[in-house]
Amino acid sequence: MSVSGSEYVRRIKEQTAEVDPSEVRELTHEGAAIIDVRETEEWDTGHLPGARHVPRGYLESRIDGAVPDRSQRVILYCASGNRSALAANTLEELGFENVESMTGGITLWKDRGYPVDTPRTFTREQRERYSRHFLLPEIGTEGQQKLLDAKVLLLGAGGLGSPSALYLAAAGVGTLGIVDDDVVDVSNLQRQVIHTTDRVGVAKVDSAEEQIKALNPDVEVVKYQTRLDASNIMEIIEGYDVVVDGVDNFPTRYLLNDASVRLRIPVVSAAILGFEGQLSVFAPYEGPCYRCLFRQPPPAELAPSCGANGVLGVLPGTMGLLQATEVIKLVAGIGEPLIGRLLMYDALAATTTELKVRRDPECPICSREPEAISDEEMGAFPDYEAFCAAAG
Amino acid sequence: MATIRIPPVLRAAVGGEREVSADGASVGEVLRSLADAHPETQGQLFGSDGDLNRYVNVYLNDEDVRVLDGLDTSVGERDVLVILPAMAGGAA
Repeated sequence: MSVSGSEYVRRIKEQTAEVDPSEVRELTHEGAAIIDVRETEEWDTGHLPGARHVPRGYLESRIDGAVPDRSQRVILYCASGNRSALAANTLEELGFENVESMTGGITLWKDRGYPVDTPRTFTREQRERYSRHFLLPEIGTEGQQKLLDAKVLLLGAGGLGSPSALYLAAAGVGTLGIVDDDVVDVSNLQRQVIHTTDRVGVAKVDSAEEQIKALNPDVEVVKYQTRLDASNIMEIIEGYDVVVDGVDNFPTRYLLNDASVRLRIPVVSAAILGFEGQLSVFAPYEGPCYRCLFRQPPPAELAPSCGANGVLGVLPGTMGLLQATEVIKLVAGIGEPLIGRLLMYDALAATTTELKVRRDPECPICSREPEAISDEEMGAFPDYEAFCAAAG
Repeated sequence: MATIRIPPVLRAAVGGEREVSADGASVGEVLRSLADAHPETQGQLFGSDGDLNRYVNVYLNDEDVRVLDGLDTSVGERDVLVILPAMAGGAA
């Protein structure tokens, strides 16, 4: 005996327990599994908050992953209630004990004015560009979304900032702020790979923007052609998720530390000299801050940042990419960030050494609440610019 | 003898060596042997009060000696002391 398709659906719907959208709305926080059985394109246009997506065509193969417990209450929905009724029938055959189909589907849900989550979707070009990230379970579409939503501030488009900026742009970090008041000099090009010979004389922020845009048009570049100082630091760094510190002098490092603690922004910090580099992540109140590690800057004769020093060209590349890696880990929330640890890299010896960095209970900055840190204290210590000038 | 790792800024004071060995049963003794052998390191490591300068960190293996017993921390023959002054170079 044959029946028409519509008659078959009608019969199945008669046998299926239905639940009204108003009741489903009450249930979203009560342990019922809400499953959207529509196609991917439909899911992408918006779905019930808290719902999981198991297209009807994959129901048998994927439902165990979504709802491992056969006795759990399962509510299925589709566009109008037909496919979800058929899917409910399938689940009952699979032994699910408590299956219902939502009356009227998401159409009725929306008509009632109930909330819908609309996932940000990737363009075809983005699906290809980030395909190797999507293949990593630790990143996937969710991690890529976090990267695209992230705002990362690079202090300097120099030795460390160049490789960080390039790889963070390639990874799809949505907003890259760059602070640099310098122009490209030919002596930079031995290591500052974001700049090019034909852009010598161009402002570094403009040169970096050009290269980033050429690499990944998804990235918005925010340029600050200025020097970071006490008068502008809070305004510039506020709103960023992570700061990448590659600054070349102590006054700015301390100032940055104090401002980032006040604003609770993690700082991925690196320093290089000769053939050696240091790297650590300072996450305010979660781990130590820069002042916990170095309470005071050294005197000028021990502070080689004061003048030009030699550096192996690839070294800032190595350290800058370790910084970029830590940024991605912080943004995506994966792995073990280098918080409370300091990594030393010796390029000549090809060795790394890891040291423990403890929070200092007497730290002048992070032992206090952020609100208690005053403007006057920020970056405060003996005047190093004068020191450096004196040291020549 | 314990091994001391010398950071780039102090190498000129020890004849360019990256690592030196020094005698002593405590961190303070080892560092003072270093300062005796290489007097230029004295003022960089120790303040006028004889304590470690606040801008120099010293690690016994991977632990900051300030969270151990400071200069009194015992040092074994196979231990490594790492001297870590703050660095700020970003190669701008």
